[in-house]
Order: sequence, then structure tokens, then C-alpha cells
Amino acid sequence: MSDQSHSAGETGPSQRGVEIAVALATLAFGIIILIGSLQVGIDWGFEGPKSGFFPFYVSLFIIVASLYNLLQATTLGGIKPGLFASVDQLKRVLSVVVPATIYVALVPFIGMYVSSILLIAVFMMWLGKYSLLHTLPIALGVPAVVYVVFERYFQIALPKGPIEYWLGL
Amino acid sequence: MEEIANLMQGFATVLEPFNIGVMIIGILLGVIIGVLPGLGGANGVAILLPLTFSMSPTSAIIMLSCIYWGALFGGAITSVLFNIPGEPWSVATTFDGHPMAQNGRAGEALTAAFTSSFVGALFAVVMITLVAPLVARFALQFGAAEKFGVYFLAFCSFVGLSKEPPAKTVVAMMIGFALAAVGLDQMTGQLRLTFGSTELLAGFDFLIAVIGLFGIGEILLTMEEGLQFKGKSATINPRVVLQTWMELPRYWATSIRSCIIGCWMGITPAGATPASFMSYGIAKRMSPRGKNFGKGEIEGVVAPETAAHAAGTSALLPMLSLGVPGSPTAAVLLGGLLIWGLQPGPLLFVEQKEFVWGLIASMYLGNIVGLLIVLTCVPLLAAMLRIPFPVIAPIILVLCAIGAYTVHNNPFDVVMMMVFGVLGYVLKKCDYPLAPLVLALVLGDKAEEAFRQALLGSQGSLTVFWSNGLVGSIMLLGLIALFWPIIQNGMARLRPRPAV
Repeated sequence: MSDQSHSAGETGPSQRGVEIAVALATLAFGIIILIGSLQVGIDWGFEGPKSGFFPFYVSLFIIVASLYNLLQATTLGGIKPGLFASVDQLKRVLSVVVPATIYVALVPFIGMYVSSILLIAVFMMWLGKYSLLHTLPIALGVPAVVYVVFERYFQIALPKGPIEYWLGL
Repeated sequence: MEEIANLMQGFATVLEPFNIGVMIIGILLGVIIGVLPGLGGANGVAILLPLTFSMSPTSAIIMLSCIYWGALFGGAITSVLFNIPGEPWSVATTFDGHPMAQNGRAGEALTAAFTSSFVGALFAVVMITLVAPLVARFALQFGAAEKFGVYFLAFCSFVGLSKEPPAKTVVAMMIGFALAAVGLDQMTGQLRLTFGSTELLAGFDFLIAVIGLFGIGEILLTMEEGLQFKGKSATINPRVVLQTWMELPRYWATSIRSCIIGCWMGITPAGATPASFMSYGIAKRMSPRGKNFGKGEIEGVVAPETAAHAAGTSALLPMLSLGVPGSPTAAVLLGGLLIWGLQPGPLLFVEQKEFVWGLIASMYLGNIVGLLIVLTCVPLLAAMLRIPFPVIAPIILVLCAIGAYTVHNNPFDVVMMMVFGVLGYVLKKCDYPLAPLVLALVLGDKAEEAFRQALLGSQGSLTVFWSNGLVGSIMLLGLIALFWPIIQNGMARLRPRPAV
């Protein structure tokens, strides 16, 4: 799908480069699991196989398969050519990832409701170029509906910050 | 005949007013989830799962499974009208469904899609009604070794039958197993793989992984493509529906073939997506009008939709009777069972009759209600798709975050969701399949327990997995599934080439 949208002049990380990075990352993950299982013991104890027994073999599978994927990406050439994504595409992806990450980081401090209002407002005004008049009803309305459904109807408390407490919610 | 009495009992449960209401809400939510990008069956069910904690398990499973049916129906709407598959299993529906809409036959295409979905699901439910109790009774004799054999078979089928490179499937699956092992070891009570971090003590919850991998990951993929929704409008009037219904019986052969393909692919965890492609491909080859496929042939809508729905539904058969889900959404439902305090597996049919048969009865009714709802609500749902992405994306993000938080009331889970989201985006772009990762995360503890118990019984000798005919044949089937591509190649080489 996205392959067609790359024109010849576009730049960005290559598919091969990202595949190599992913294979290295899974390899590192496998090694971490290997170390973790060795720490708790992979042999037999009086209770049977120790806690590291199963994860140990899992880690071996990860390591071997990651090495194979790494070979595939570097020398065997079993990778589709071209870009992983163009710079424009990555910019669009980051325009979601960055606000969403900030949102997730803010939730424990200012609560779910206030941060949700901010997220929707930022998205609509910055990415969607909506006016404040169009943005406010949705940015305030969605958390309000969430409040009624979750806190009132299902009695599930969502994280709250100083502003929610100040409002007495 | 005991089954029929049980099924009637199930209908009585489902027909309670509260359960009917829950069913309609579930279908409506499901169709919306199926239509919106970034929300699919698996993460939709995962987000709404915490809402069911206060319900009885039977009402809860009715609601969640109806969300699943609704999502299966909803995927077709976006495929036909917007040429955007709302779900991966409706990709094949776009091939002929969208050309039909462009030729002004959107109503016909949608009616055909919905009706075929319904037929596929009905076929699968009848099969579940007849087969599931037998499988469960048979599985009651399983010991630890046989249980592990069934898991082994399920995971080998993933490696051998999926279209992704096998080594990548293995990596994805084993990452799932490794994440499942983090935290408290159920058998020895020892902590492992936490590396001193308090956040990791409780381990990784698969619900968080599902919401991140499928929900956030999907939003990022949609964003990358910079989708502009340009759709055809459609209304369905009773005349078009009747006309299409008159025409559909002509494709009975395609229909039956697709039902069987769907059921087979749903039970083995290959899933609805390959089933829909395979069914489309075979219909194209077998149909006398095969050359017109891709230009707006109604048979090209019937085949993939029937198979996808049959597969999606029959994925619940191994989940109910063996405790091994056939699809990510079935895996989330299985996780729900555990949360409600039920033990998935063959004993469910003995100990939780009301639950099992209530669920099966709700599959019959839910699909009828679903068909009626989608046939009447198409204009409304199509309007929903016209909501611009900058408005809908943050709302979906907020819903995902709330869903992730409410699983354990833990803000750290929301952070983990975001990590899984970015991971899902990168993995998917690199052809790593996500379904085996999720299934391994759900089943990891159980597979490990069965493995270690079997080894305990045999004092560590692996021969226990070949110690009797039953476990031996399950393991053999697993190995065949694992090496299926190689076996298929070998057979193709042995077969004499047909004269051209």
C-alpha cells in the first residue's frame, strides 16, 4: 500500500536498515531473557524444573531466530527494497506519537480528564486546523460522556489531578 | 439430544430482557468499532472488557462476543464504500465490493456482504453446536502432556501456515512467551525476569499489549498513509435487499465452499484474514465468471465475506472446548473468562453449562440481530466514517488509554500501552505477525505449566510427548503443520506436471 506512495526522490530510513535494527533489538531482548533465566536457575530443583527452565529455551529460540533474521537482512537479501517510510510519512506518524506520549506522561499528574481535553484540543487545532469554536464542544464533550459512563454508571474511577479535585468530581 | 435441551436452556438465558439489551448494545458498539480505523475486534473487546467486571459472566460474554460479531459485520461497510478495509479480514472484500459501489451497486454489494457474513457465521455456529461438546468430552481425558500437545499444535500452525517469514513468526511468538513469563512463577512462587523493577512484579498483561499493538499501532499506520476518506454514499432499501437475496442462491456452491474453508481456517489458528483471501482466490479460479473478478462481481464479495465470518466465528470452537483461542479476539475473550473466574477448557462444558450454552445461543441470535442492524444503519455508519481523522484519532487514543488504565487501575499500564503501540507499528511494517505474540502472551503461563507438569511426571524425559498414541498424534500433527511449506513443496515436486 505505502510502497506506491514513495517517489524516486524521497528520502527516509531504508527498510533494510530498520529490519537490521529490529533484529538486533530482538537479539538483545533474547539475551536479556537468557540472563534473567540463568539468574533464577534453569536446571532441576527439588520441585522439578526451576523457574528459569522454560524462559531459557524461549530465549534460545529468540536468539537463533533473530540471528537468522539478521543474516537475512544483511547478507541473504530477503528484504523488500526501498524505504521503511518517507520523511513525510514519519513526520505524520511522529505528529501522533509525540502528543500521545506527552499525554500518557501527563495522566498521572493532572488526571485523565484534563489531559484528554488537552489532547483532543491540540489534535484538532494543530493537525486539523479547526477553530476554537469547533474544537471546544468535542474536547469538553468526550470527557464529559466518559465521566458519566465510567464514574457514574459503571462506578470505575479514572485518575484525577488537582483540577478535578478542585471541581469536586 | 442432551445438547438440544442445553441449547434451549441457553436460548432462555439469552432471551432475558437484560441480556437482549446487552446483545444489542454489543452489536452496535461492535459495528462502530469495525467501521472506525484504529479500533478493531481485538482491542475493541479489550478496551470494553473492564466494563463487564461487574456483570454476570454470561451477560459479559454475550456483550463481548456480540462486539466481535458486530466488528466482523462492520469491516465490510468501509471496504465497499470507501475501499478501506476496516479490518484486515475485509481486504479481499474491497476487490469486488468497491468496484460495485463505483458502478452504483453499493446497496447490492453491502446486502451481499452482510448476508454472506450471516450465512458463514450461521454455518460455523451450527458446527460449534454439534462439534464443540464432542471435542470437549474427548479433551476431558487429556493429561498435561496432551494439553501441551494442543498448545504445540496451535503454535506450530502459526509458524507453518502464516504468510509471514517463519523466523519472524518464531521471534514474535517467543517474545510473547518471554513476556508472559515475567513476574511471579505460578509453579514455584519465585519472582523471575523482573531485574529488580517493582513495575514488572505483576508481569505483562495481554490486554495492555492488545490495546497498544492493535489500537495505537493501527492509528500510527493510518496516520502514515495520510488517509483521506473519499467514499461512495449508499442507502439500502428493501427492494435492493430482496433483489439481492433472490440472486444470492445462485452462488450456493461458492457459499458452501467458503463456509468450509472459513471453518477450517478458523479452528486452526490461521484466522479470518487468510481464510478470506484463500476463499476469494479459489472462487476466482472455479467460477465461470472468474475473469470478471475484480471488476465488481457479486460472487467476489460473497466468497471472502462468508469465509471471514465463518472463520471468525469458528475461532471460538477451540477456545471453548480446549482453552486455545483461534484468533486474537478469541484470545481476549479467553482472557475475560479468566478474569471472571472461569477456567477455560473442556471442564467448562461440565461445570458452566449455563455460560457455555448461553454463549452459543447468543451466537445464533446475535448474528440475526446483527444482520438486521447493519442492513438498517448503513447510512448512519457511513456518515460516521466521514468524521475527519484529526477528530476521531485523539478520541480513539483517549479510549485506548482509558481501556488500558482500567484493567488494573495502574497509570504505568498506560505508558506500557504506548510502548506496545510504537512496537506494533514497527513490527508490522517489518512483517512480524502480531497475532502469535498476543496468543503466546495469553497462553504462555498455561503452556509452560502443562510442559513442566508433563516433564515432572516423566522425570524430565521428553519422551513423555510420544508416550501414547493420542499425544503422539497431536505432536505429529504439530510437526506437520510446522513444516507444512516444506512438505507442500516436496509434494508439488513429486506430482507430475499437468500438460499445458
